[in-house]
Amino acid sequence: MAIFGLWIINKAGGLVYQKSFAEGLAQLTSNEQLVLAGTLHGIHAITSRLSPNGSSSGANVIEGETFKMTIFLTVTGTKFVLLTSLTETIAEHILQRIYEAYSDAVMKNPFHTPEMPVRSEGFETRVNAIIGSGQT
Amino acid sequence: MAYTQPHPRQSILSTSSHSSVEHLSPTASSTRFSLPAAPSIHTTLGSSRQTATRVVPNIYDRNLNKARSSEVSASAYAFLFSEIVQYTQKRVSGINDFERRLNTMGYRIGTRILELLIWRNESSSKTPKREIRLLPVLLMIQSQVWKAVFGKAADGLEKSSANVDEYMIIDNDPLLERHISVPRDISQLSCSSFTAGIVEAVLDGLNFPARVTAHNTANAQYPNKVTILIKLEKSVLEREELLK
Repeated sequence: MAIFGLWIINKAGGLVYQKSFAEGLAQLTSNEQLVLAGTLHGIHAITSRLSPNGSSSGANVIEGETFKMTIFLTVTGTKFVLLTSLTETIAEHILQRIYEAYSDAVMKNPFHTPEMPVRSEGFETRVNAIIGSGQT
Repeated sequence: MAYTQPHPRQSILSTSSHSSVEHLSPTASSTRFSLPAAPSIHTTLGSSRQTATRVVPNIYDRNLNKARSSEVSASAYAFLFSEIVQYTQKRVSGINDFERRLNTMGYRIGTRILELLIWRNESSSKTPKREIRLLPVLLMIQSQVWKAVFGKAADGLEKSSANVDEYMIIDNDPLLERHISVPRDISQLSCSSFTAGIVEAVLDGLNFPARVTAHNTANAQYPNKVTILIKLEKSVLEREELLK
């Protein structure tokens, strides 16, 4: 049970927020993170069109041997991605709560520009509280 | 309305005796966004036609005195204030200018709040009175004005020990700033200058001219704590002496 990191990808595929919580995954440079987030954005767009009948939500979970990537797409096109260990069961729940914190502390903050990197102390504290409580 | 729309609720409004003013009001025009399925069920009943349109009365027709049932969404409040701050930020240079602008906007609200509160007091109490002493006025701001604007009383009212003409209203978790994180480069800015403007207007309206400013006094327990500093004019203190 471990939460490795959180990404927030804006609707254009840019990484607007990135935070690591635990060791366990290879450390990536910020440039690599950006490329990976952009790639994931593209993959997600393709998977959402794969469904034979009608539209689909797109990829929700991508699993590897050592980690799991849970993707949560909001109606406005922002993606929240949580990198966890395989046994983590409450990833969806955590993402939901992070979305709540994002709507409160980021979208209602007059000093945040939409689609730009998130730099909000209030959001930091909220995220730390959520992830901290989620790992017990 | 210029466009035609085959909406069941729309047709009722246009055939009944409502004046055209109601079509322009925000409550009436919101029918454009309503779901077609649910309200149309009721429109087939003759008697419920009137009630269906009267469930949400026009905001201008509501009784001013009904304060309890008319609640406002805190999120809407937060988004509106966020827009106010963004609007102001685009038009100012420097923190002082920023705070002064917010103060001015708050002032406009304060004059109206005072008017409304006094009007409500007069209609509800049998012995309405006008406060002329300083302390009752400050207490009124701390409790009544705060309740009317933020839904709860302020957390404290203190007198400065250093200066006789200074009083402080303390709010541990100001509603306006709950979701605001001020960036580091302008960390001195307090968005509660808006609140300070409200307080200044109320004091001015009751003839207690003062300069009111807001200051962040965050501590570990209350990261948003704010102190509204009231610096009264000399004339107020002199009058207060005479009334003793």
